[in-house]
Amino acid sequence: MSATAGKTEKPLVEILHLVKSYTRGDQDVPVLQDISLNVARGDFIALMGPSGSGKSTLLNLIAGIDKPTGGTLLIDGEDITQLSEGELADWRASNIGFIFQFYNLMPVLNAFENVELPLLLTNLSKAERRERVELTLSLVGLSDRMEHYPNELSGGQQQRVAIARAIVTDPTILVCDEPTGDLDKQSATDVLAMLKKLNSEMGKTIIMVTHDAHAAEAAKRMVHLEKGELIDGDS
Amino acid sequence: MYFLKLVFKNIFRAKLRTALTMIGLVIAIVAFGLLQTVVDAWYAGSNGASASRMVTRNAISLVFSMPIYYRERIKTVDGVKAVSISNWFGGIYKEPQNFFAQFAVDHENFFDLYPEFLIPPEQLLAFKRDRQGAMVGRKLADQYGWKIGDTIPIRGTIYPGTWQFTVRGIYDGKDDTTVVRQFYFHYDYLNEEMKRKSPRRADQVGIFIVDASDASRTADISRGVDAEFKNSLAETLTETEKAFQLGFVAQSESIVVAIRIVSFVVIIIIMAVVANTMAMTARERLSEYATLKALGFSPAFVAALIFGEALMMCSIGVGIGILLTFPIAAGFANSPAGVAFAAFKVSQTTILLQLGCALVVGVVASLVPSVRSANVKIVDGLRHIG
Ligand SMILES: Nc1ncnc2c1ncn2[C@@H]1O[C@H](COP(=O)(O)OP(=O)(O)OP(=O)(O)O)[C@@H](O)[C@H]1O
Ligand SMILES: [Mg+2]
Repeated sequence: MSATAGKTEKPLVEILHLVKSYTRGDQDVPVLQDISLNVARGDFIALMGPSGSGKSTLLNLIAGIDKPTGGTLLIDGEDITQLSEGELADWRASNIGFIFQFYNLMPVLNAFENVELPLLLTNLSKAERRERVELTLSLVGLSDRMEHYPNELSGGQQQRVAIARAIVTDPTILVCDEPTGDLDKQSATDVLAMLKKLNSEMGKTIIMVTHDAHAAEAAKRMVHLEKGELIDGDS
Repeated sequence: MYFLKLVFKNIFRAKLRTALTMIGLVIAIVAFGLLQTVVDAWYAGSNGASASRMVTRNAISLVFSMPIYYRERIKTVDGVKAVSISNWFGGIYKEPQNFFAQFAVDHENFFDLYPEFLIPPEQLLAFKRDRQGAMVGRKLADQYGWKIGDTIPIRGTIYPGTWQFTVRGIYDGKDDTTVVRQFYFHYDYLNEEMKRKSPRRADQVGIFIVDASDASRTADISRGVDAEFKNSLAETLTETEKAFQLGFVAQSESIVVAIRIVSFVVIIIIMAVVANTMAMTARERLSEYATLKALGFSPAFVAALIFGEALMMCSIGVGIGILLTFPIAAGFANSPAGVAFAAFKVSQTTILLQLGCALVVGVVASLVPSVRSANVKIVDGLRHIG
């Protein structure tokens, strides 16, 4: 531990001069321009900004589901822009937990099976998987809903299942794109409280995109994006 | 296990669409099976042909006959064990649509040459003793309700007048390929009547059935027989019974080819239907596939989901189709149209072809959707709202 003490001070996410543009026809549409940002291990960041400012794009790059046009993106010291598609998929499976605005659960799988899904990519036995899934679902308060299908759950409950799915593999980073965007106030508050708890008690690093100032209050730090550029937020 | 469950549940998500596609699959497979069976039935007669039996006919055409004395000369050809006579009668029983073949044969030895006809000895004896006796196939007897002793009037078209026959025997087939839908009677009865009525047409024979002592010598015998009548008034053509019957089939070859083509067109149509279903399905689930990929599942997994779904759907549809083919084929076999065939039975090859169709339809129909879904960019897929 002591030997690596210096290393732990290194930020978990290091973004340097990151550029992303889309080509539409023969035109280059810049979306992110020269973004540099560090995220410390155990941080909880709210990524804010107007619609179309590039929040989702940045989040997707960090999560390794999109490729930047330029710049470097180190996560835990590894430059993920250099990974192949296959390597990136494996990397995501063990490092990233996804939480989406519309939950993105598999409608044909019940809550238990949805949470079990990412564990199928691990070497865990059936019994080990069951144990983990049950534990995780109890953590989000859904032990009594394991057999329910997504269409039998409320929006808030579905998002809690999605949170359970995101954390069941014990990933390094949770990326959340508008996790409360589709929820009523009470459910949103519950979900935010849960994220906060995951951050403070389990030390999960969270990067959350949100429009909502109230939601952003759950975070430790806010970062503002405006037209593809970072405007330093307070901490 | 998990995978199969996912595939299976996915199939029944769009219930109406799946049901319609399945119905299409079932109909297509049944139609394919029946058409293949029709083709099989067409060739069934020639498959049942004996390897050592040969047929001698007029070299010009089957419609020309040969003098009966040829028989004695054919007998002298080396390798010939026995010779019998068969003559097409072409009569009508009550109504023209009651079609079945009647042959005037040598009552003494014809059935010796056809061991695949199973006849109770006392019936064969009764047939031989009655100049107007008839030996009829089981299917024919069942169809018209004929019993031993019944008198059957048949109106001649080639040989004028109404001819009276008495059923003296009913034969069964040794196996399914044996034709049991024919009507045999004494050549002598026909010939003697002709001698009286129009002597110039008497003592003529349509074909001689030649029994080769050794199936491997049929080529020699064929040459020997035909050489015997070279440069005579009626030259002959001698070939194996199988070749003779295939020659018959060949006359209607183009119909058979058309049926074959139609049967495969049916499969191509259902392939398009299933492909459309799979394309719609894959498009709707694009965001789910993108989510799976985001979670770390490989493109191959996504492709397998779609392949699996198409294959499972085809297997279920085709399975039901195959099971339904049997009763429907049996129903057809007993219908007025079906009884004309010697053996209308779903063959093993047909079932294998049907299974092959399931595989081909499933794979081809899901090829494009699965490749497209597997390679969808995650961010694009996630944006996609089904
Ligand atoms: N695949 C794409 N092709 C072309 N342009 C794109 C693509 N994806 C995103 N963009 C553009 O990039 C810009 C940023 O999009 P992004 O989704 O990151 O915005 P956002 O900040 O998340 O907005 P919102 O708050 O509405 O979700 C937008 O102008 C968008 O039109
Ligand atoms: Mg967005």
